[in-house]
This record gives sequence, structure tokens and C-alpha cells, in this order.
Amino acid sequence: MSTFLGLPGLRRRVPDDGATAASAAEPWGAVPHPDEPLRWGESFPAAAKHTLKNEQLRKNLGHATRTIRGKRAAVVDEVPDWEALRDTGSAVKEQVMAQLPDLLAQLEENVTARGGVVHWARDAAEANRIVTEIAQAKGADEVVKVKSMATQEIGLNEHLADEGIAAIETDLAELIVQLADDMPSHILVPAIHRNRAEIRDIFLARMGDAPPDLSDVPRELAMAARAHLRRKFLSAKVAVSGANFGVADTGTLAVVESEGNGRMCLTLPETLVTVMGIEKLIPTYTDLEVFLQLLPRSSTGERMNPYTSLWTGVTPGDGPQEFHLVLLDNGRTDVLADEVGRSALHCIRCSACLNVCPVYERVGGHAYGSVYPGPIGAILTPQLTAASGGVSGADDVNASLPYASTLCGACYDVCPVKIDIPSILVDLRAREVDADRGKHKVDPWRAAMKAASWVMSDGGRFGLAGRAATLGHGLGGRDGVISKAPPPASAWTRDRDLPAPPDETFRQWMAEHEHGEQDGGER
Amino acid sequence: MSAREDVLNRVRAALGGSGVGTTAAGKIGTTPGVVEVPRAYRAAGEHEPGSPEVLTQLVDRLEDYQAHVQVVSEDELPDAVAEVLGGAGSVVVPSGLEEAWLAPLPGDVVVHRDTHAGPDSPLGATDLDAIGAVLTAARVACSETGTIVLDGGPDQGRRAISLVPDVHLCVVRADQVVETIPEAVRILAAHPERPQTWISGPSATSDIELDRVEGVHGPRTLHVLLVT
Repeated sequence: MSTFLGLPGLRRRVPDDGATAASAAEPWGAVPHPDEPLRWGESFPAAAKHTLKNEQLRKNLGHATRTIRGKRAAVVDEVPDWEALRDTGSAVKEQVMAQLPDLLAQLEENVTARGGVVHWARDAAEANRIVTEIAQAKGADEVVKVKSMATQEIGLNEHLADEGIAAIETDLAELIVQLADDMPSHILVPAIHRNRAEIRDIFLARMGDAPPDLSDVPRELAMAARAHLRRKFLSAKVAVSGANFGVADTGTLAVVESEGNGRMCLTLPETLVTVMGIEKLIPTYTDLEVFLQLLPRSSTGERMNPYTSLWTGVTPGDGPQEFHLVLLDNGRTDVLADEVGRSALHCIRCSACLNVCPVYERVGGHAYGSVYPGPIGAILTPQLTAASGGVSGADDVNASLPYASTLCGACYDVCPVKIDIPSILVDLRAREVDADRGKHKVDPWRAAMKAASWVMSDGGRFGLAGRAATLGHGLGGRDGVISKAPPPASAWTRDRDLPAPPDETFRQWMAEHEHGEQDGGER
Repeated sequence: MSAREDVLNRVRAALGGSGVGTTAAGKIGTTPGVVEVPRAYRAAGEHEPGSPEVLTQLVDRLEDYQAHVQVVSEDELPDAVAEVLGGAGSVVVPSGLEEAWLAPLPGDVVVHRDTHAGPDSPLGATDLDAIGAVLTAARVACSETGTIVLDGGPDQGRRAISLVPDVHLCVVRADQVVETIPEAVRILAAHPERPQTWISGPSATSDIELDRVEGVHGPRTLHVLLVT
């Protein structure tokens, strides 16, 4: 297998679908709601070019990622057996994937035995239909929601809205994103791209019941959200959640959160619907002792998150008396079928990899065009959309995602379940390039390689080529960098800078200095 | 074919199964080998449950999360409860809570006992919203993370009562405090079917510029009485 370190120059541009025009009309520069939550907007390089120009975004992100990185590092250092926990977490998840059919059947049996109803969904449309039908059966025109990546991935809120059901996000950051009619930009803190002044403006304009003298002090903003959501919690009939873990041997589900909005949704409504990806399983109840140590420290950088809820089916007299679990495939089995890429399914959605990624820190979550941004998104999104060309589709924007990385490896170092993200990135790049081969009559990449091989196979030709290259010295700016080269090299400098060639080749330099030495040089 | 069969067959195909078709992208994967799970992490801490070191650590960690903690003796407990709840106006308690804990409570504090039968039961969410505080016991606490776990036992009650009132007073006995998460989970594993709430400080959010704000939807104030 070859290693592809740079983005091949052949990347197709998807025509601008009006995203830029729409965002100009939107006072908060929102990303419009995409039809496909796993594939929206331009290819990564084109989207990154836009987001890199947003200085406010970079400032917000830089501050946020730096802060969480520091907190995470401090609480991880406290744990003497952190590496042992990672080893176990990684192996348990590998074991889950190997035994997935049996574990899924076991989970279903245990949830059912405790009065829950288990549904299976092949794809987003099927999962959306199941949730909608449950809400309709309960006569609900409003459901309260706990922040959940799975329901974002299937575009549940938009689907419910089409059916006349309002889905109310109750996590503070999700509420901010929802009120701004925006898309989340981070797995853990979806409104990380917003600062306090923007949030105040959004609340004042869109919340409806925000106090008119609302300041931008975070406490006041949080209290406005508390008051706004309180009535919804107390009267909601149906709640929708995701799950952090599903325990096969007991049928127990777990939701990890901070604000208490999760507890509200999981406790007060009569009906609870939980949408869970089939990979979220853990085999035994006691395996929670590993993951409930790994997740909070990696995620929010806390020793433990404020609230974790565990429930098993229905408990008479306590909490929702009707419980539905929707087990979602939506491309996960395509990921599982990939020998290298399948470990992307080990992800517990902590988002530590986002916070350490030099690329994410600068371009932000929206550039990835998926609800899963950052390094994990770069390996998960293409694979989840493999059936529709996400890995190797010649014109698929998702196929550009594996290039959204410098391969520095920081993501692998912090991953609590040791997903080797850089190796999967390299593998996906290779396959994308292989799939593209032969699709173009003239392949500049191959043509250049062929030419280079002709030049390099002969000393004379190589020397000539080297001397010719020094002519490019003049193209460099004062910093010795070429940021806009003439064609065909412009294809290279479109996505990166090129150091200007020196004014003489190594051969020329060597020839002069050898000469100098023979004349009684210094050594 | 049902969605269940379809999804399970796709999973089997992804793991190299034959005769079950392919995944949605038309793939048949490879069969993974047997996985050995290493368990080299700490199954227990250095100190015994309820030991002074463990209690000190629990207090430190809870306070770090802005919980109010008081260490009291068995005899001092009822007075300490009365002191915290004196101004609450009303308090809800689970059906199995020790009667003696409430004895010195001032007469103007209305006590709602959350029984399944009785005049004011079961309390609805709106009823609970009008109640000032909740008093519960706990199942287990973990010092290393500053976590208290309720599992719905008779002295802890159903989840709604410890969620809706704005003040939660939780009584933790010293012998319930373990050092590490594995010790806590193994105690809880005796009744995995019980609904659990793990509490580490009052509710909090860091969603606005990562500035931590304590007190959002769950109780905004958490008092812990640690009984030694």
C-alpha cells in the first residue's frame, strides 16, 4: 500500500449549492440544515478555505480547545492506571465487534424482559419513521430531546418537524444551535463556535421568553435557558434520547450528561424513545467500571460528569412507563465490514481527538460537512456513507475527509479506546486514490510521476532539471515561500504553500565547495 | 425480511459470515480473531471503604464541584438535617427514609412522604416543582471521582423526587464510601435492574465559552451530610 500524504490535485469541486448565499442572509452566519447530516456543503478543502477566514471562529475555537485540552491532561494525569484502562477499553470494544450478533440479541432479550420494546432500523429513514409513529401514537406534537449524536446523524428533528412534531433540544449548547437555526460544530460542545455575546443575541431574538435585559454573563444565559425549558420538562409526554452505552447482559442503558436536562427527559415523560447505534454495546454490566472512568475524563476533563443515568427497561412507579429502544445500523455494518476501518466503531464520542487536532482547531467543525467533525469524523463519515460513495466516490465530498489531517498522531494518543485514527486515514486515502485511478483520461498525478521517473533515471537529465528548478527562486516572497505558483504548479499551491527553490542546486554548491577544498580548504 | 433479520444478517456478513448476503455497500468482511481482554487496571483503591483517607478525599472532591459537605456523627445528623432544611419551606422524602432524621425539623417545614398510596401521592412533576428540597439517603459513593449513586432503594425513592426540587440534601454513611469506580460498580451490580442516578456535584454546564456555571436543570444546590 502506498502512503498518500497530500491531497491529490484532482479533487473535484462540488458546485456551490447556495450555502454561501443563505449564510449571508442569516444574521448568525448559520450553516443551513442539510438534507444529509453526514454529507453537506463543499469538499473539506473548499469549506476549510472559507472557515479559515473567520477570525472570530478561530479565536473561539482556539480558546475552547486549549481549555479542554488542559483540563483533560490534568485529570488524566491523576489516574495511575490510565493506560491499563485504555487497553481494556480498546479490547472490550474489539470484543463487542467480534460478537456483535450475539450481544445484540442478548440486549434485545433483556430489554424486552424488562418491559421495553426493541425496534431495528436499517437506515435513517426507517429510524425516523419509528420515532415519528411512536410520538404520533401518543398524540404528542412536541418531544423533548437529550443531546444525541445518533438522532443528529439521522436528521430526526427535521423529519419530526415535517410531520408537525416539534423536537425541543434541551442541552444548552444544542438549544443555542437550534435557536440559531445552525448546525453543531463539535461533538461535546456543539456551540463552541459561539461566544457569549452571540448567544445573548440569539436568545433575545429567538427564545421568545428571554428577559429583555439579559446580559451576556454565562450564569444569566444559563438561567434564561433553565426558565425557558422548565415548563417543557414538566409537561412533556414523550422524550427522545441517545445512549452512551447499552449493556448486553442486563439490558441497561446509560446516558452521561451535566446539566440535568438528560435526567429530566429520562425521568419525567410517560414515554421514552432511545435511538442507539448498534456499536454502542458493552458486554457486561461491570464493563461500565472501565468506560465510566474513560469517558468523563477524556470528554469534559472532569473526574466525573455531574449526572449519569442508568435504566433497564421499565421500572414500575419510577420514570417512563413506556420505553422503546431503536437499534440503528445506518452504515455501521459497512464500517464493520472493513478490516482496517472497523475500529472507528469503537468510538465512545468523547471528542478528545477534536480538541487536540491542529486541523480542527483552525478550521472548526462545520468544514467537515458532517455531524461528526474532527479526526474521528474524518474516518467515520466516509465509511458510514460508503454505500453511497463516501469512501471512493469520484465525486463525493466525503472522500476528501481523510485528507483533513496532518497525520501528527495526537488523536491516537488521547483516544480513550486507542483508535488508530492516523492509520485508518492513510488507508482511506489509499483507497480513495486507487478508486480514482483510470477515471480521468489525463491523470496529471500519474503523468507527473512518469515524467519524474524519466528525469531521475538519468544523471544528466536530473542535473538539468535541477538547474531549471532554480529559476523558480524568484517566485518566492520575502519569506522564501511561494503561495501562488503559475500553472501547472498552481494546483499544488491552491491548498498549500511551496517553499521557493534555492538559487543554486546542491550539485552546483557541491561542485564549488569541492573545488574550494582542493585549493587548500578549511578541513 | 424484517429489519431485525436484515440488520443482523448485515452484521454477520460484515464479520465474514457466508450465506447471509452482504452489507448495504455490498461488502462481506473478514472474521475477527478471538479477543483477549486484559484487566490490568485497579479493581480497588489503596484504602479500605470508609477509611479516613477515603472520606477526606470524598469531601475534597465534592467541594471541588461546589457541593456543600458536612461531616457529622450519627447523633448530630438530625440536627444537621434540620439546619440545612430549616428554610426550605417544604421537603419531599422517600417512603423508606428514617423517621428519626426528620424529628427536629421546624414545624413550618412541610414534609411530603413520597409513598405509592396516600393522600398526596404520587406527586406529579408540577407538584414536585413547588417543593423546596428533597432529602434522600444513598446507595454508594466513590471518593476518587466525588460521586454519589442513588439506586432507587426505599430510602432514596424514585428518580423524579431527587431531580425536580431545587435543593438536594443527601445523607451518605461512611461505610458506603469506596475509593474507586470499580468498587462502586461491583456493589451496584447486585441490582443492575434498578434505575440509577450518579451524582457528582450539582448540575452544571460549560456550554458558554467553557465557563462553568453550577446549577442548571437538576438541583442547583447539593448538600451532603457524611455520617461517621
